[in-house]
Amino acid sequence: MPSVSMTINGKKVLGEVEARTLLVDFIREDQRLTGTHVGCDTSQCGACVIHINGEAVKSCTMLAVQANGAEITTIEGLANGDELHPMQEAFRDNHGLQCGFCTPGMIMSAVALAKRNSAPSEKEVRHYLEGNLCRCTGYHNIVKSVIAGARAMS
Amino acid sequence: MPRDDGIGAAVRRKEDFRFITGRGSYTDDLNRPGQAFAAFLRSPHAHARVDSINVSPAMAVEGVVAVYTGQDLADAGVNGLPCGWQVHSKNGEPMAEPAHPALAQGKVRHVGDAVAVVIAESRTAARAGAEALEVAYTPLPAIPNMKSAKGAVATVHDDVTNNQCYDWELGDEAEIDAALAASAHQVTLSLVNNRLVPNPMEPRVAIGDFDHASGEHTLYTTSQNPHVIRLLMGAFVLGLPEHKLRVVAPDVGGGFGSKIFHYAEEAVVTWAAAKLRRPVKWTSDRSEAFMTDAHGRDHETTVTLGLDADGKFNALKVITDANMGAYLSTFAPCVPTYLYATLLAGQYTTPKIYAGVRAWFTNTVPVDAYRGAGRPEATYVVERIVEEAARQIGVDPAELRKRNFIAPDAFPYPTPVALEYDSGNYAGTLDKAMAAVDYANFKSRQAASKAAGKLRGIGFSAYIEACGIAPSAVVGSLGARAGLYESGAVRVHPTGSVTFYTGTHSHGQGHETTFAQVIAERLGVPIDNVDVVHGDTNKIQFGMGTYGSRSLAVGGSALAKALDKVEAKAKKIAAHLMEASADDVEFKDGQFTVAGTDKSVGFGDVALTAYVPHNFPHDELEPGLEEQAFYDPANFTFPAGCHICEVEIDPDTGRTEIVNFVAADDFGNIVNPMIVEGQVHGGIAQGVGQALLEGCLYDGDGQLMTGSYMDYCMPRADDLPNFKVETQVTPCPHNPLGVKGCGEAGAIAAPAAVMNAVTDALRSAGVSKPIDMPATPSKIWSALNGA
Ligand code: FES
Ligand code: FES
Repeated sequence: MPSVSMTINGKKVLGEVEARTLLVDFIREDQRLTGTHVGCDTSQCGACVIHINGEAVKSCTMLAVQANGAEITTIEGLANGDELHPMQEAFRDNHGLQCGFCTPGMIMSAVALAKRNSAPSEKEVRHYLEGNLCRCTGYHNIVKSVIAGARAMS
Repeated sequence: MPRDDGIGAAVRRKEDFRFITGRGSYTDDLNRPGQAFAAFLRSPHAHARVDSINVSPAMAVEGVVAVYTGQDLADAGVNGLPCGWQVHSKNGEPMAEPAHPALAQGKVRHVGDAVAVVIAESRTAARAGAEALEVAYTPLPAIPNMKSAKGAVATVHDDVTNNQCYDWELGDEAEIDAALAASAHQVTLSLVNNRLVPNPMEPRVAIGDFDHASGEHTLYTTSQNPHVIRLLMGAFVLGLPEHKLRVVAPDVGGGFGSKIFHYAEEAVVTWAAAKLRRPVKWTSDRSEAFMTDAHGRDHETTVTLGLDADGKFNALKVITDANMGAYLSTFAPCVPTYLYATLLAGQYTTPKIYAGVRAWFTNTVPVDAYRGAGRPEATYVVERIVEEAARQIGVDPAELRKRNFIAPDAFPYPTPVALEYDSGNYAGTLDKAMAAVDYANFKSRQAASKAAGKLRGIGFSAYIEACGIAPSAVVGSLGARAGLYESGAVRVHPTGSVTFYTGTHSHGQGHETTFAQVIAERLGVPIDNVDVVHGDTNKIQFGMGTYGSRSLAVGGSALAKALDKVEAKAKKIAAHLMEASADDVEFKDGQFTVAGTDKSVGFGDVALTAYVPHNFPHDELEPGLEEQAFYDPANFTFPAGCHICEVEIDPDTGRTEIVNFVAADDFGNIVNPMIVEGQVHGGIAQGVGQALLEGCLYDGDGQLMTGSYMDYCMPRADDLPNFKVETQVTPCPHNPLGVKGCGEAGAIAAPAAVMNAVTDALRSAGVSKPIDMPATPSKIWSALNGA
């Protein structure tokens, strides 16, 4: 079995995986970082979004071996200890989540957007989040959260 | 000053910290030591005979531990899945209730029907094993829809020769026909309520476990009602007594009804875990979810409304065909009957109503409750025909509604369809919604759109729903095989912190916060010192779970009753400490005082005294401070309101944009307005999804055409606008918190509002033939271009 090594949330990790193992399964099953979720099998829901070398990526679209050597951040690595990331705070303050299942992917996508655009309009947020499905919130409060979070980050 | 964490405060949710940090604990996040993995082989055919199953090639796959078929389950005495509601046809016969085996026995009846389960050391080995199974099928003619079910060219079940589950009615058909015939106006519509796939973002998961020391079985499952699953699976399918069966539903990622039901996979993993003496885990992927989670809606209806010369409604007649799918899911039969026809009075004084409902078996996934369950279908029928009548007789749709509303002073109001509305003010929410949408200036906005080459339309939906399900005696007399009360237990700890155990279940609704606010308000304890526990049959005495917007109305009432008991006992302890009579003790903001004195003692001191009873009225009371209550509601609650949608259609592309959506809802008293607004937003999104985007389709052979997010159009962020949400408060008069329930309103109201707006926009371009949901660009373009 191929071995892989990468940095996840600042920690160097090593693993042996089957070549076909998806990155999301490596993260959830091997590393037991279960904050990253799986909501579909066609790469459309965005529940699995993480950051790879600073970019938002759907971790179900990649093999673990393709992430060899990469710098990865998952939802568990976003806060600074007990100090929440501003985007996490914004989701909590604005009721940007209900069941919480889409939330990790949603927040990771939102952080990536905010890094690129610190004052996104409602339209820009809605467009950017096209790849993240939420069945609970109707997006209204997610959009509000992302705008507030982006402002707080800048 | 009101508490900032009490009733009425928009408190941030207590549960959010774990979800935003990735520390939620969903069922698939759980892993039991030594667990094996299950994969199901599912039928590729809509209808086929299973001639043989050769398991040897699967057993030869490395890592495969066991393969079980329907025969193995039958040999082990495992029963089929039960149905929880029995409806009787109008001739008095009980509904057809064909067997629903957990794994196919001899026949498969829909694409996705489970044929066998493979259990292996890894998920991939289990899947490889399932693929290696050799099954010989003889395909049979399929019944892909209700039209072919009625034709009965083939039968889904050998013992149901006409494919009909029941033929049910409410009301006197001849009397209503006569009233219609005598009406000055008759307006008729044919409507399709499109089949939907609920699609909570978390797919279903089930983990079976068995402790051979204690003989206890445990099922971890993505459920909205773990006690109900324990009852159904334990008593009916596996024959396990309650005290040896634990069902745990931890964090659950949305349900919307689809996680109410008892599913085959739950029984199979629980049974297999005991047989193999090791935990067995199954995780659905999204494709499996599309073909195994119960679907929603799927009605075809003809509705006729009779009006007198003044536009007063005389009579309403509704004939509906409802698709049950291949088997009866847990609560399927009650959805198109008692949750549907009983709401056909809407907000109006229509004196005569008839509903005839025929339910059919087809070779499709079972259909059951989906957010709103019956009530969205009823609202869609009533609000489409009322708006159509207004347009046809040339009366403003708001005005026509007002002429027919039940007046605010007419409550309690018995409807002709078996319910008694408790309270309401329908003109109030209509006026609020009209102000919010700026109805007065709609015509000028329409003209501006027209000048820009766009078609603008507006649509109303003045909905009502029956929530707070339900008085057990009432539903029992209507065929429910369960009671629908709720339980709650308040445990006050020695230092005054509180744990509340509720039989309801939160899968996004925020119970951990809402219930804590009620406790904070009543006991004067900060919400940070209150924890709410749900979702584990070993921790909670009993419960009926969460659906039908019942948690606060029924579970919150159980909480209020338990708090009454806690307060009564605490008062006696306080009276003892203050050497006063309990009758003179008052309790407010966490302090017990004696009227007319300066004596006082805090709630925390009373709690401590209850557990360290050195100075305690032992002759009168037992130590400790914990109380349980069951609450069986006196009536349903009746949330109601008005949603108005304004759309703009681009005639070149047929694309509809929602340019304005307002909701004015009356949910009675509100505990956390932030959470309530969120529930409304989410419901509207699902309603808009139904109206414009979503539709589950089968082809003529019964193949599922919309089996993934590639072909089933889920609402995305850029499909939706921001919503304007307002509330009016007419308290529920018969439960202690005065609450009505808010979880389903959006999904109930929105489809009619959107479709009335689309219809209005099309009418402005001279197209008067209505189109059905979902109003996709291609349907709209075709309607506009006469194609
Ligand atoms: S799980 Fe990766 S996009 Fe759905
Ligand atoms: S919060 Fe439940 S899916 Fe988004």
